[in-house]
Amino acid sequence: MSDATLYGLCGAVLVGLGLFGLIVNPLPLRKILAFNLIGGGVFLLFGVVARRGAAAGLGGDPIPHALIITGIVVAFAATALAIALLLRLFRETGRATLGSDG
Amino acid sequence: MNLAFNGLTVVAVSAGAFFFMAGTVGLLRFPDALSRLHTLTKADNLGLGLIVLGLLFQVEGPFAALKLIAVWLLTLLAGATVTQLIARTARPGTPPF
Amino acid sequence: MAFDIGLAVLVLGVAVWTLAARDTFAAVIGFVTYGLLLALVWVRLAAPDVALTEAAIGSGVTGGLLLGASSRLRRAEIQAASEKPGATLRIAAVVLCALVSAGLAAIVLLLPEPAPTLAPEAAANLAATGLGNPVTAVLMAYRAIDTLLETVVLLLALVGIWSLAPDGVWGGFPGRRHQADAEGVLTFVAQLLVPIGILVGIYIFWVGSVAPGGEFQGATILAAMWILAMMAGLVDAPPVSRRWLRLLLIAGPAVFFAIGLAGFAIAGAFLAYPVDYAKLLIVTIEIPVTLSIAATLALLVAGPPERAPK
Repeated sequence: MSDATLYGLCGAVLVGLGLFGLIVNPLPLRKILAFNLIGGGVFLLFGVVARRGAAAGLGGDPIPHALIITGIVVAFAATALAIALLLRLFRETGRATLGSDG
Repeated sequence: MNLAFNGLTVVAVSAGAFFFMAGTVGLLRFPDALSRLHTLTKADNLGLGLIVLGLLFQVEGPFAALKLIAVWLLTLLAGATVTQLIARTARPGTPPF
Repeated sequence: MAFDIGLAVLVLGVAVWTLAARDTFAAVIGFVTYGLLLALVWVRLAAPDVALTEAAIGSGVTGGLLLGASSRLRRAEIQAASEKPGATLRIAAVVLCALVSAGLAAIVLLLPEPAPTLAPEAAANLAATGLGNPVTAVLMAYRAIDTLLETVVLLLALVGIWSLAPDGVWGGFPGRRHQADAEGVLTFVAQLLVPIGILVGIYIFWVGSVAPGGEFQGATILAAMWILAMMAGLVDAPPVSRRWLRLLLIAGPAVFFAIGLAGFAIAGAFLAYPVDYAKLLIVTIEIPVTLSIAATLALLVAGPPERAPK
């Protein structure tokens, strides 16, 4: 097994772990953390595809690398918006969770 | 010459790794925040310095060596600052900053 | 190979710790560590540009944002611990996640051999763009429209955050006014580090055309220096209704879009560059984009307005 495949399996497990944390944890801030873990796992899967495409003197296929960089920046923007929404919810209702019926 | 440089790199990086491990053992075993901070900064700064020293034998050109030393100095600065701020917060009675 | 196995196990261990930690503060620290370890994984996968971006944005700026949020929400977390889901939901979640992971692992193990790749075409056309870093060439030349839309997405997130301000402070100062002891450690470090950091940020942006680096990584360092100066109380965050701030934020996407439209006239397609002027046009786009993204990232961390404008 090459190291790229190893990290691909690691990414697959990370997506599963993050999804579990997203479903099970009641606190929205922990859900945001789990969502970022899923993102990290997905980017790892892209990175494995890029690494396997090493050719022409490059260490990896540069197109997936650019997609991952874009993805990391957009994931940060989404996290920032989610946290701002959560802090506003806390300011309005005094609770950091959504009610059990929505 | 190359063999001597590689040997020096291995020795220095191993010594640096040993200091990092000593710092982590201190982090786990010491009783309170202030003593843990003390052992972390001492061990990590020296550990990073030894690792940078070991890597200096592997770089080509003076600019890369200067960049490595700049990395070490910036880490020293950041580590010292954060340690001060955490220590002032952890010690009751002193204002944080 | 042994190092890779150890690193993968460490990443998974830190991820489990992040999910299982009781205290949210500990979970956020675990997440920052996870990001830094992922940066090491990217280096092992021969992706230094991605490693820089992951360390700077994925773990650095996101970590700062999450730490601020977790400290503000600490009071509310205690009463929420009683809403944990029951056993049936947990078991169903475990089964679902195991299936998802197994499916993705099967895909990884069944990837086609030989691997399809665009690296030869990317390397072959590199000389026409005048750049030496293939990832920057993809970001600014081959897939420039993705980068243009990405800058717009960042702006939209910022507009979304600003629209969360309560009515009384609409258009006001973001975040709290930070005060620090003028003789203290934080002020000293901010005064010392901000000029160095600006230099490092500009260097990483500039060297990105021939070596790992680029505008996003450089912009993140510039944004971090502004955030440091704001946290040390050296400067106050500007009110979000200031015209110069809004012009700074849209300068990058506007120049990008204008040069893209000019591509119709000078090279025949949107965002096409004529071969002789490719490097010049790319640098002309990159400079305002770097400044805009730096400002956007810093303001995303500063948050919605909380103090009324004067």
